[in-house]
Amino acid sequence: MPFILKKAFISAAVALVLFSLMIGVRTEAGPTGQLIYWTRFGELASLVGAVFGGSIVIELLRQWLGPSDTRQLIPPSVQGGLAIAGRLGGPALLIFTLLVPVIFYDQRYILDLGILVLTYVMLGWGLNVVVGLAGLLDLGYVAFYAVGAYSYALLATNFGLSFWICLPLAGILASLWGVLLGFPVLRLRGDYLAIVTLAFGEIIRLVIINWQSLTGGPNGVSGIPRPSFFGIPLTPGEDGLAAKLGIEFSPTHRIVFLFYLILALALLTNWVTIRLRRLPIGRAWEALREDEVACRALGINTTTTKLTAFATGAMFGGFAGAFFATRQGFISPESFTFQESALVLAIVVLGGMGSQLGVALAALAMIGGFELFRGLDQYRMLVFGLAMVLLMIWRPRGLIGHRAPTVYLKQAQAISSDLVKEGHG
Amino acid sequence: MNGGNILSVEHLTMRFGGIVAVNDLSFAAGRRKITALIGPNGAGKTTVFNCITGFYKPTGGTMRLTRDNAAGIALERLKDFRISKQAKVARTFQNIRLFPGMTALENLMVAQHNALMLASGLTFLGLIGAPGYRAAEKRAIDLSKFWLERIGLLDRADDAAGNLPYGDQRRLEIARAMCTEPALLCLDEPAAGLNARESAALSELLRAIRSEQGTSVLLIEHDMSVVMEISDHVVVMDYGVKIAEGSPQQVRDDPKVIAAYLGADEAEAIAVMESGT
Repeated sequence: MPFILKKAFISAAVALVLFSLMIGVRTEAGPTGQLIYWTRFGELASLVGAVFGGSIVIELLRQWLGPSDTRQLIPPSVQGGLAIAGRLGGPALLIFTLLVPVIFYDQRYILDLGILVLTYVMLGWGLNVVVGLAGLLDLGYVAFYAVGAYSYALLATNFGLSFWICLPLAGILASLWGVLLGFPVLRLRGDYLAIVTLAFGEIIRLVIINWQSLTGGPNGVSGIPRPSFFGIPLTPGEDGLAAKLGIEFSPTHRIVFLFYLILALALLTNWVTIRLRRLPIGRAWEALREDEVACRALGINTTTTKLTAFATGAMFGGFAGAFFATRQGFISPESFTFQESALVLAIVVLGGMGSQLGVALAALAMIGGFELFRGLDQYRMLVFGLAMVLLMIWRPRGLIGHRAPTVYLKQAQAISSDLVKEGHG
Repeated sequence: MNGGNILSVEHLTMRFGGIVAVNDLSFAAGRRKITALIGPNGAGKTTVFNCITGFYKPTGGTMRLTRDNAAGIALERLKDFRISKQAKVARTFQNIRLFPGMTALENLMVAQHNALMLASGLTFLGLIGAPGYRAAEKRAIDLSKFWLERIGLLDRADDAAGNLPYGDQRRLEIARAMCTEPALLCLDEPAAGLNARESAALSELLRAIRSEQGTSVLLIEHDMSVVMEISDHVVVMDYGVKIAEGSPQQVRDDPKVIAAYLGADEAEAIAVMESGT
C-alpha cells in the first residue's frame, strides 16, 4: 500500500511539473502585441488529482490481475476475433468496398471519403513493398507520389496526353526516381537511410516549388484534365458517357467512376505484390530484410534487389499520384509534405509490416477514424494519438503481425512476429 | 579431371590497419576432398574464409578456383555475391545466419534465387505465370525437399527457421548452402555447439556431400574429433601464418601444432612429447 501511494505521489509530482506551464498558465498576445496571461490553477489541480487517482487505480488493477504481460490484457475473444477477421476479413472487406457506391450512391461525402481511403490503401501497399518486404525504411515516399502527380499534370496540360497514356508514364517516371534515390542509399542502413530518404522527399518538394517555369511553383498546376472512360468523357454533353448510354447525366457518375478506378488501381497493386512475394524477387526482398549478409553469401545481388524494391514501390506511388492529380484537377506542392510520408508510413507500421490486409485495415482506421472523430474538434488529435499508443502497446507489430509463408509443402503456418525481422536498412 | 586442386591460395595477406590477420598464407584444397583449416582462437581462420568468399578484399595474394572442365577463376577479383553465383563457392557462418522469419523450405528456395530468377524471366514471365517458370519452381521445391530429407527436416519444412532447435539450424544452413549447388563448400565451425550424436551425424553428412555430390569441402573446426575423423587434409594456422599441414595423423603429431594449441614454446612441446612416448 505505501508503495502504491509513493508511486501515485511521484506521478502527480511529474504531472504538476509538466502541466504547471502547459495548463496552469495561459498566455496570449494582447491587442497591441503585449503579453497577456492568466492562471488556471483550478484546472491544473483537477488534472494533477486525476493523475494521482488514476495511478492508484492502475496499480490496484495491476495487483488484482497479477503480474502479466500487457499483451494478455486483450481478452482471448478479441484475439480469436482478429484471427477470424484475418481469414474472412479480406474477402468481406473487398465485397463491401465493391458495393459502397451502390449503397451510398446519394452520399457524396462517403464516396469522397472512400476514394481518399482507397488512395491511402494503395499508397500503403506501395510503401509496403519497400518497408514491409524489403525492410528499407523510406521516409520520403511522398516524393514518388509527387512525381506521379506532376508527371500526369504536366504531360496532360502541356501535350494533351490522355489519362490512360499518362498513367503508365507516371509509374515509369516515378520508378526511375525510385532507382535514382536507391543508388546513393545502397550502402546506408537504419537511421542513415531514413534521414537520406527524408531529405529526398523534401528535395523533390523544394524543386517543385522553385522550378517555376515548369511546375508553376507554389501556385501549382490547375486545369488538369479529368479521366475519361477509355476515351469517352464523363460530361453532360452530347458525346458524354451518360448521353451514349441513354441515361440522365449526374455528377455522381464521375465520383463513382473515380471510386472504381482507384479501387482497380489498388487491387492491381495488391495483386502484383502478392504475386511478387511468391516469385524469387519477392523472396529475395524478404531474405534481404531478414539477413543481408546471408543473402550475399547465397549469390543474391543485393544492389539490384534493393533497387527493384525501391522502383516497384515508387511505381505504385506514381500511379497513385497520377490518380490524385486527375481526381483533384489541381495540384500544388502543399499536397506533398513530409506529413503525407509520415501518414503512409504510419499506415504500414500500424497495419503490420508486410501484411496486405493489415495495411488496408490501418488505412481505413487512420483515414476513416480521423474523420470519425471530427465531432471532437480540438481533441481529435488527442483521441487519435491515444488510440495509436494503445494499439502499439497491445499489438507492437501492427494489427496483423504474423507472416504468411510464400511456399509450403503440407500446410501454410503463420509465422509469429517475434521471429520476423523488421530489417535494418 | 578428378585430381588436382579446386582451390589454391597463394601468398594471401590481409591487413586491418596495422594488424596483420593473415600473413603470406599459401595452401590448396583438393578436389572432392575435405580440407580442414584449424588453429587456436584468433589465428585468422575466419579471415581467410571471408577473403575466399569475398566478404573481405585481401591486401595481397591470389586465390584461384578451378572447377571441373573450367578455366580458373581469380576469386580476389570478384564481388561477394558473384563468388557464389559464378565461382560456385558457398559458405556457412560461425554464428548461424538463417532467415529466421522464413520457413525452412523458404530458406532453401532463397538459396536457389539465381536459377529461379532466370527461369522467371527476371520476374516478368513469372508474374504472368508462364509454364516454364512453374516447372522451374517445382524443380526447386524438389531439390529443397531432397536436402530437407537429407538433413532429416522434411517434417519441419513449413516451420519457421528461427523456431528450429540449434542443431537443426546448423544442418539447415549447410543444406541451404548446398542448394546453391556449389563446387566448393566452406563451413565455418559447423560442429560448434553440437552434442556428440549431432557431431557424428554432421560428419556423416559432410562425407556424403563429398562422395555423393562431388562437392569439395573446406572447413574451419575446433572439434578435433570431427576434424580427425573426416578430413583428408589439414592446414594449421597460428597468428595468421601456416604452421603445419598434412594428413590428420601428421598434423596431430607435429610439435609445432601441439605448441600452438597448448600455448607452450616448441622446445617444451617436444619435451612433453618425448616424455610421453
